[in-house]
Amino acid sequence: MKRTTLARIAAAEQRRQPLMLVTRLGDGAQCLLDAAGCEGELPLSAEQLAEARGLLGSGRSSSLAGAAGLFARAYVPSPRLLIVGAVHIAQALAPMAAAAGFEVVVIDPRGAFASAERFPGVQLSDEWPDEALARLGLDDATALVALSHDPKLDDPALELALPSALFYIGALGSRRTHEKRLERLRAAGLGELTGRIHSPIGLDLGGRAPAEIAVSILAEVIQVRYRGDRVATGA
Amino acid sequence: MLAVTSDFFGGIRATSRQRAGGFLALRAPRRKMRITIVNTDDDSLFAHLLQWRAAGKAAALATVVSTWGSSPRPEGSHLAVDDAGHFLGSVSGGCIEGAVIDAAAQVMASGRPQLLEFGVSDEQAWQVGLACGGRVQVFVEPVE
Repeated sequence: MKRTTLARIAAAEQRRQPLMLVTRLGDGAQCLLDAAGCEGELPLSAEQLAEARGLLGSGRSSSLAGAAGLFARAYVPSPRLLIVGAVHIAQALAPMAAAAGFEVVVIDPRGAFASAERFPGVQLSDEWPDEALARLGLDDATALVALSHDPKLDDPALELALPSALFYIGALGSRRTHEKRLERLRAAGLGELTGRIHSPIGLDLGGRAPAEIAVSILAEVIQVRYRGDRVATGA
Repeated sequence: MLAVTSDFFGGIRATSRQRAGGFLALRAPRRKMRITIVNTDDDSLFAHLLQWRAAGKAAALATVVSTWGSSPRPEGSHLAVDDAGHFLGSVSGGCIEGAVIDAAAQVMASGRPQLLEFGVSDEQAWQVGLACGGRVQVFVEPVE
């Protein structure tokens, strides 16, 4: 692997940009493929290029079917969970999600909540949710859960989340709380998108303790990640 | 992370103290940078490869390129190795890592890639214990 190839893969991971590396196993010749095109010492036919693009789109690594000895490795952003509200459930959810392979960011401008003592080892943001989300970027490998119970924090986050590519959006709150939330979002012109919000949040496991609710939220996020929204909502 | 006994380190054997120390030292900068707990696998591996090369260390990258039957790590899984035997990532549940690290040392020395195969029919794989009954092909390449 050339030094420039290594540097490009590292940079793409950092920026959460998808990238594909195609290697000829006979001699190690390689090329890098992204949305802009193909670059490197390994020439690919139009067919091979199309197959590699297909794999990159689905985030899969595999040998190319049409050609012996060509291996395509997809580098796609790791899953990420953005938690709005540094509340009790977030304290349980953040380490669980990290253990399940998620990069976790807890967002709460209230310093007393989002403290390192309450969230040891967790990436914290003390920005307002709309600022934090604009900075972090809402891609299709990212999930967002609004747990703060405070419309001042949850609503701006949901207003950015609804039109974005996020693969999962969930909001904590009773049926009544959620009805009021839907009214506000409709008033903000987002009525058509409110169906994307998972509420009541999480799979119905029956638990009530913060850690039990965290398990049900994480379970739903993982389910949607692998099976899509239809299974989770039962629609 | 990996249950590899020191016997498997062969030519680039490191003491358990060196391995443990080296591994912790490798993990530490990432935590400082991102202040987050992340999955332990391929995620930070390329950043570490860059650091190794910038520090003048030789390095090799191993990749699972095909699997048959039940195998613990999917295609695309990486293991990065430096010339002191430090490693990150995994290409199996720990059973073939030693042999792959051995091959990585040869690849670093020769500058030429190798394609390795492990399976139940393979005597070496029996020795290193691919007990899951699958077969796996691992490509090992030098990092320029």
